[in-house]
Amino acid sequence: MTTTTRLLAGAVLALALAAPAAAEPAKVGYIYVGPIGDFGWSHEHNIGRLAVEEHFGDKVETTYVESVPEGADAERVMTQMALAGADIIFATSFGYMDPINNVAARFPNVKFEHATGYKREHPNVALYNARFYEGRAVIGHIAGKMTRTNVVGYIASYPIPEVVMGINAAFLHARKANPDVQFKVVWAYTWFDPALEADAANALIEQGADVIMQHTDSTAAMAIAEQKGIYAFGQASDMKAFGPTAQLTAIIDNWGPYYVERVGAVIDGSWESTDVWQGMKEGLVVMSPFSDRIPADVRAEAEAMVAAISDGSYHPFTGPINRQDGSPWLAAGEVADDGTLLGMNFYIEGIEGAIPN
Amino acid sequence: MSGLAGIDPIAVAAALIVASTPILLAAIGELVAERAGVLNLGVEGMMILGAVVGFAAAVATGDVWLGLLAAAAGGAALAALFALLVLGLLANQVATGLALTMFGLGLSALIGQGYIGVRPPPAGRLDLPGLTDLPVAGRLLFAHDVLVYAGLALVAGVWAFLRYTRAGLILRAVGESHDAAHALGFGVRRVRAAAVVFGGACAGLGGAHLSLVRVPQWTEGMTAGAGWIALALVVFASWRPWRVLLGAWLFGGIAVLQLNLQAAGVKIPVEYLAMSPYVVTIVVLVIISADRTRAALNAPAALGRPFHAAG
Repeated sequence: MTTTTRLLAGAVLALALAAPAAAEPAKVGYIYVGPIGDFGWSHEHNIGRLAVEEHFGDKVETTYVESVPEGADAERVMTQMALAGADIIFATSFGYMDPINNVAARFPNVKFEHATGYKREHPNVALYNARFYEGRAVIGHIAGKMTRTNVVGYIASYPIPEVVMGINAAFLHARKANPDVQFKVVWAYTWFDPALEADAANALIEQGADVIMQHTDSTAAMAIAEQKGIYAFGQASDMKAFGPTAQLTAIIDNWGPYYVERVGAVIDGSWESTDVWQGMKEGLVVMSPFSDRIPADVRAEAEAMVAAISDGSYHPFTGPINRQDGSPWLAAGEVADDGTLLGMNFYIEGIEGAIPN
Repeated sequence: MSGLAGIDPIAVAAALIVASTPILLAAIGELVAERAGVLNLGVEGMMILGAVVGFAAAVATGDVWLGLLAAAAGGAALAALFALLVLGLLANQVATGLALTMFGLGLSALIGQGYIGVRPPPAGRLDLPGLTDLPVAGRLLFAHDVLVYAGLALVAGVWAFLRYTRAGLILRAVGESHDAAHALGFGVRRVRAAAVVFGGACAGLGGAHLSLVRVPQWTEGMTAGAGWIALALVVFASWRPWRVLLGAWLFGGIAVLQLNLQAAGVKIPVEYLAMSPYVVTIVVLVIISADRTRAALNAPAALGRPFHAAG
């Protein structure tokens, strides 16, 4: 090999190393806990991914893997993505928390973003979350007004702060709207199992529930509510197609703008490890159109609540609120701090039953 | 009528029977395939294909019966593909079965694209005037969808077939020693192919029960592991039809029971309730396999072994 060619080769190599971002599209990876066709949680994350593709065009290349179990499999999938040259990886379920931190340690040049978690052990891990409890407060109010049996059924997934917070927010506002309302909670121990979710809905209806809320990802409970002629609320996504008369409203997760912002930061090199928790104000949590079956006055109340939460004048967890055992949690007028909410492991006063460990 | 802590035992028992039907159907089909010596790990794939094909056909024709027929045909078609690869081309059964599951999941998602959010025609209940109105037995025994009865009938049918018929004897012989069966002049591959296709049809029906009756909708990945439970159930049942029924009721039933106990607010920690199906399964497995030699004898001797007719 002559000196000239060696120099040339060196120059080419240096160029290739120096400016990979300019020449190649940013590679963005997503992992989802359910199928993108769940028409709930994972479906909405995938819509966010498509928004990124639409916004950046050929400047990005996105990939996704769906139905990734929380645990060792997630670690394998993320490692694979990192090895394949991903610049940023979004892990979109709570249970990916430890796997993402493990993988992030091994790939310091890859950016990792974890939805709904709280562990940030490396400078290349960022956290993002949505204030779903704001939407749950609104549906709690509507449920309290709409129930005739005074029993609201709640299909919960895992006993994690996110879910407990949602039950508390919904119950608090249901009780304010209707002092006789009771919640019956069933823990499904899964995010996605349509058959089990349907069985849970049936069990709750059997126990007198005429309004169903869910914190699981499939549309099964909505289908059962439609079949049985009761009310339900869409979770994560507008589920009206599955319950045209049953759905009163849905809490929609609108991830697109956040994903566009973060991928843009990767492209222009300004990405930093952040920890954000956005809600109605930022447009991350959106209510789908209220059903006509909600009386006009209740609809107006719900809309007022959405407006007040959006402009920051109302926080759903405003005291006085007691814990389940009657001990005070928030004094009158006091507002819950984010730290307590994110670690919430207790029921508020009035909810029956215990949170599983 | 209200039993323990506000739980209606009859409603729970009825729900139990319904909830165990998909895994019962899939497991009884897989049992036949395994008794013929073929291990088909593609149950999940065949179930979900049955779920989507049955759903699509029921929506297109407005007839649940045609939907069920299509579901069985869909599951059987996928099973026939498996039979072709495994029996015809002597592919590895385990790897092919796993591939079949993945293929079924992907294909069903593709077929199901146009059926998301669509509602199927209502599944027919076997309403027998008089019988259905009986106080206890009415709701428990006579108010289910047809697939519940089909599942029970299949268990009885498979049991009688394996035990009393000549064809059943041949099928068992093929599963125990394909070389001996071949030497006696039985068409080993033909018998196995028939058993595998039967298994696929049953799995497809099980899937259709999910999408047409239990959840009434199509959702991607909606079997959520039911096929794997069905596979485990066959081992659990030590390849005996009635034990498959028992196992399906235990597993499906306890899952439903614990949901009802939770909904009723029974003061048992939820952790215990949620793990109860697994605990009971382990206990029963221990009891069944206590006698080692008998447990081992139950497994078809040629299970999973490829057959190649020499000479």
